[in-house]
Amino acid sequence: MKKTSAFIFAAILCFTFSYQAAQAGNRTPAKGESFPDIALVMPDKPSDKDYLGLKGKNTFKLSQVNADVVILEVFSMYCPYCQREAPLVNQLYDMINKRMDIKNRVKIIGIGAGNTPFEVGIFRNQYNIQFPLVPDESFAVHKAVGEVRTPHFFVVKINTDGSNSIIYSKVGSIQDPNQFLDMIVQDSGLK
Amino acid sequence: MISTRLLSLRTLIVVAVIFFTAAISYGASEQFKGKIYNPGVLKAIDSKTKLKKGMKAPDFNLPFLSGEKISLKQFLGKKNVVLSFVPAAWTPVCSDQWPGYNIAKSFFDQNNAVLLGITVDNIPTLYAWTKEMGDLWFPVLSDFWPHGAVAKKYGVLRSGGVTERALFVIDKKGIIRYIDVHDINSRPNLEVLIKELEKLEK
Repeated sequence: MKKTSAFIFAAILCFTFSYQAAQAGNRTPAKGESFPDIALVMPDKPSDKDYLGLKGKNTFKLSQVNADVVILEVFSMYCPYCQREAPLVNQLYDMINKRMDIKNRVKIIGIGAGNTPFEVGIFRNQYNIQFPLVPDESFAVHKAVGEVRTPHFFVVKINTDGSNSIIYSKVGSIQDPNQFLDMIVQDSGLK
Repeated sequence: MISTRLLSLRTLIVVAVIFFTAAISYGASEQFKGKIYNPGVLKAIDSKTKLKKGMKAPDFNLPFLSGEKISLKQFLGKKNVVLSFVPAAWTPVCSDQWPGYNIAKSFFDQNNAVLLGITVDNIPTLYAWTKEMGDLWFPVLSDFWPHGAVAKKYGVLRSGGVTERALFVIDKKGIIRYIDVHDINSRPNLEVLIKELEKLEK
């Protein structure tokens, strides 16, 4: 009995510490670092797939997106800040689409932390969002980026070898979409 | 001796479970940064409701932000009703639950339903907290005094004086059609609620 309890105690301690270590390992990647090479849920809409240059089902990775720069917004339909931010991100999307020099090179993806496809759909309809929003129902992506508060914006430059480097990683509003886009064009070396 | 050991073993397992679940995510909004009190992981459910599907929903008459009162019976024969009890203002999951409902009004409208939020907080607290969420289209009722009386009637008052995170769907006849006394630490899935609403007579 004594041995068994001691063994179970040791096992529990081990699990607890290794689990916490794993959690602590997932910190939020900063500017200059890489965005984790994690599976994202494949959008359902054919137009979203076309936009991202993706084929197939189930999941995709950032390196497969047909773009030089990807703007990732980690949001939640339940987050009032994200709701207020939605029109600004729509403006950003429109601005990019009007600029023929970068239209096909800069893409936006929204990742709905803890949201089901249905919940992501409500957000899309409410704000008439034209760029792809993908659900992250199990919080897998959210956890991989250190459980960021929402909205959190990552701007990721995709290198030709499939690797990537983050040029922007911040929680909160993008403020002025014009300036935000200028910063992206500048810092990613698109010009 | 053996029972003491068993007891300590049980304690250890409980501690381990708490460690494991402490990392539950809820996707906190930046909106409430620095304003949310984090109570940590709480006992999932801490009450037992005697209410069941098919029973008549207890009536109530509670004030909401405007100072006016709302009773359940005023919707009889007119509207389906969703009661959303949330534990307390300025707590983590709750602060990111109602803002979601706030952009899902059309689903309530389509099913001829009204949504009533209820907490045991007083009106000034509810005023400040819901203001942070933006303008809510649904009324938020204060079950502050006598403290948690309505929550108690519904069997969702926890031992610490806050309520469960609970949803009650009540049809136009005042009959309870769905109950979800949810794990207080996580947010109920919106589409489950909407599917329940869709089952009701409009």
